[in-house]
Amino acid sequence: MNNTLAGWLQVIALVGALALSYRPLGDYLAHILTSPRHWRVERLVYRAGGVDGDADQPWPAYLRSVLAFFLVSLLFLYGFLRLQNHLLLSLGMKAVKPDLAFNTAASFVTNTNWQNYSGESTMGHLVQMAGLAVQNFVSAAVGIGVVAALIRGFTRKKTDRVGNFWVDLTRVVLRVLLPVSFVFALVLVAGGVIENFHGIQSITTIAGEHQSLTGGPVASQEAIKELGTNGGGFYNANSSHPFENPNPFTNWLEIYLLLVIGFALPRTFGKMVGDNRQGYAIVAVMALIWASSVAIVTANELHSVSSSAGHLAGGMMEGKEQRFGIWASALFAVSTTLTSCGAVNSFHDSYTPGGGGMTIFNMMLGEIAPGGTGSGLYGILILAVVAVFVAGLMVGRTPEYLGKKLRGQEMKYASLYILTTPAIVLVGAGLAMALPGERAAMLNHGPHGFSEVLYAFTSAANNNGSAFAGLSANTVWYNTALGLAMILGRFLPMVFVLALAGSLASQQPVPVTAGTLPTHRPQFVGLLTGVILIVVGLTYFPALALGPLAEGLH
Amino acid sequence: MPSSLNRVIRHHLAALRMLLVFTVITGIAYPLVVVGIAQAAFPHQANGSLIKDRGRPVASSLIGQNFNLPLNKGQTSPQPDRKWFQPRPSAAGTTGYDPTSSGASNLGPNNPDLVAVIKARRAAVAAFDGVPPSSVPVDAVTASGSGLDPDISPAYAYEQVNRVAKAWGLNRPAVRKLVADHIQGRNLGFLGQDRVNVVELNHDLAASK
Repeated sequence: MNNTLAGWLQVIALVGALALSYRPLGDYLAHILTSPRHWRVERLVYRAGGVDGDADQPWPAYLRSVLAFFLVSLLFLYGFLRLQNHLLLSLGMKAVKPDLAFNTAASFVTNTNWQNYSGESTMGHLVQMAGLAVQNFVSAAVGIGVVAALIRGFTRKKTDRVGNFWVDLTRVVLRVLLPVSFVFALVLVAGGVIENFHGIQSITTIAGEHQSLTGGPVASQEAIKELGTNGGGFYNANSSHPFENPNPFTNWLEIYLLLVIGFALPRTFGKMVGDNRQGYAIVAVMALIWASSVAIVTANELHSVSSSAGHLAGGMMEGKEQRFGIWASALFAVSTTLTSCGAVNSFHDSYTPGGGGMTIFNMMLGEIAPGGTGSGLYGILILAVVAVFVAGLMVGRTPEYLGKKLRGQEMKYASLYILTTPAIVLVGAGLAMALPGERAAMLNHGPHGFSEVLYAFTSAANNNGSAFAGLSANTVWYNTALGLAMILGRFLPMVFVLALAGSLASQQPVPVTAGTLPTHRPQFVGLLTGVILIVVGLTYFPALALGPLAEGLH
Repeated sequence: MPSSLNRVIRHHLAALRMLLVFTVITGIAYPLVVVGIAQAAFPHQANGSLIKDRGRPVASSLIGQNFNLPLNKGQTSPQPDRKWFQPRPSAAGTTGYDPTSSGASNLGPNNPDLVAVIKARRAAVAAFDGVPPSSVPVDAVTASGSGLDPDISPAYAYEQVNRVAKAWGLNRPAVRKLVADHIQGRNLGFLGQDRVNVVELNHDLAASK
């Protein structure tokens, strides 16, 4: 079989597997987010936590719970990292220094998983599994909870209630993330991913040298790292490390896992609003953007476009693994940057200007195709609100989406959502470039160096977590600035989403008339895609022109 | 005011208790159970797919190794050993293939340093294997993402057959056959790409002698 055919088959098999998961997983999520019945074990969790599982919260209360959970998670993880040398299974690792501990805690709590450390030389086993991996579960569930509240805003009428945060959190963790991770962790182990509590094992190699093999509970963390679109690797090399991702089959499985919830959530949306066609329209936009991005990155990498190193070497294999090759690396790179996952199986810094630039653009889209668990869907629903509003302006009538009017108040929240992340990205990258010390952290020079800085802030503010890893960002300034970018980029948008949810829930639905814009037809798919590209393009074009575009045209 | 402060504190205490509950479930119980089952059902994989010689581990078949000559006095960079199949260049650690320091070069696609190092690698590999520089395959001149890549392309493995056979005093067809036996195709016929595991190949080469 030739490379091209095999490459296409990998993509087609992935699309097929995701399509097969769409209905069952989407319906199941809709069920657990709407069912009035608690499991017995869930009641135990509520009792142990001291929360009321039967309360229905108004949006400000839902938000307060989200923020309280964020705050205690941040402080708990920070303390854990600072004190790890006193705990079990620390493997002799030192306490993490304050700025790095802040950055790492912010990173995992916000579902970003940006890593300014290398796992194998910084983190003991206990902090990996009981500190970092716990956030992999709960931060993913928080995102799904918030989107559930937004969907309830569409489905409920004349109420101020949008659901119960603690119930959403608990059910998503216990009924979805934990069982699926458990099954796939074992599949990954069978495929060769390690799962043990060994420390460092010294061996004498075949050629008689010394080598230190690292151990750890990797597979259990790997499964939720992908499924929860977290992306924080056990090791510095992340999913390119053979102990995290030993062969092309585990690689394909990891790509599937990091996409599966994001692509199934539109079904949950359609199911909950009582019109599955609404879900198909949203997933069509996601799939269109994802497929185009796969095509662009793969083509750039296969043909070494605008890369002198690639032409000289005979291919773009710098930073890529032999077992994966170009196709499986590009597929991973696109999927991880379009989902807020941020795991990598190859190093984007060495990609072609077009391929690497596309990974930045993917994140700039706001992580919506399909985006992070929950955050992807609420991101694209906000853009759908904007698209409906734009269409309303064109014909001069008050726009409505799923029976809810989009008035000044709703549009204010949607606009604030859309402005937040770009403001953080552009101000952050601008500041870094204005400060000589921070500029010096670039590994590469010229436009590519600027791309490293732009990538860092885009990745942090959009809660992606992947990097143009040449940037030496483990400094007090970058740890602090990127940490703040992650926190603001995660929670400010959530404030606006929940406020919008509350505002929508309080409305009496308006009946569908001949003048209502249908939001399930190809016309709307086209409109929404256009709005996304225009909003993002206009916001970021100058920054992209200074980085990847300048490098590509050089 | 005190009552609203109390409420805030109570709220955060509840959040902390919920976090602790999830820490026990997902952070302690879950990995312990997975480790337990993995160690019982898949001990070879769970412990790193180790290759052993007389009971002592000499490699993980997943983690690449250096196959260099011992450093002479005054030498700073080790020289590749003619009798071993050579792996890809590695950016892990100062000498390469250091699992405590996994990672890539992160050099950009037009970085002059990367261009220079690719040129130098091409010339060095061509001279070492006695082949024209234009025939040196891409994986021989580029560093992997992990710096621990145990694999090379079949083309690069075949390129090294003459040198290795000569160094061991083996006949070429026997060594070619050994390489052919070590080619792993794509998983399920279409995932990833063809590869030769250098660690396993060298281990079996030494055993065949």
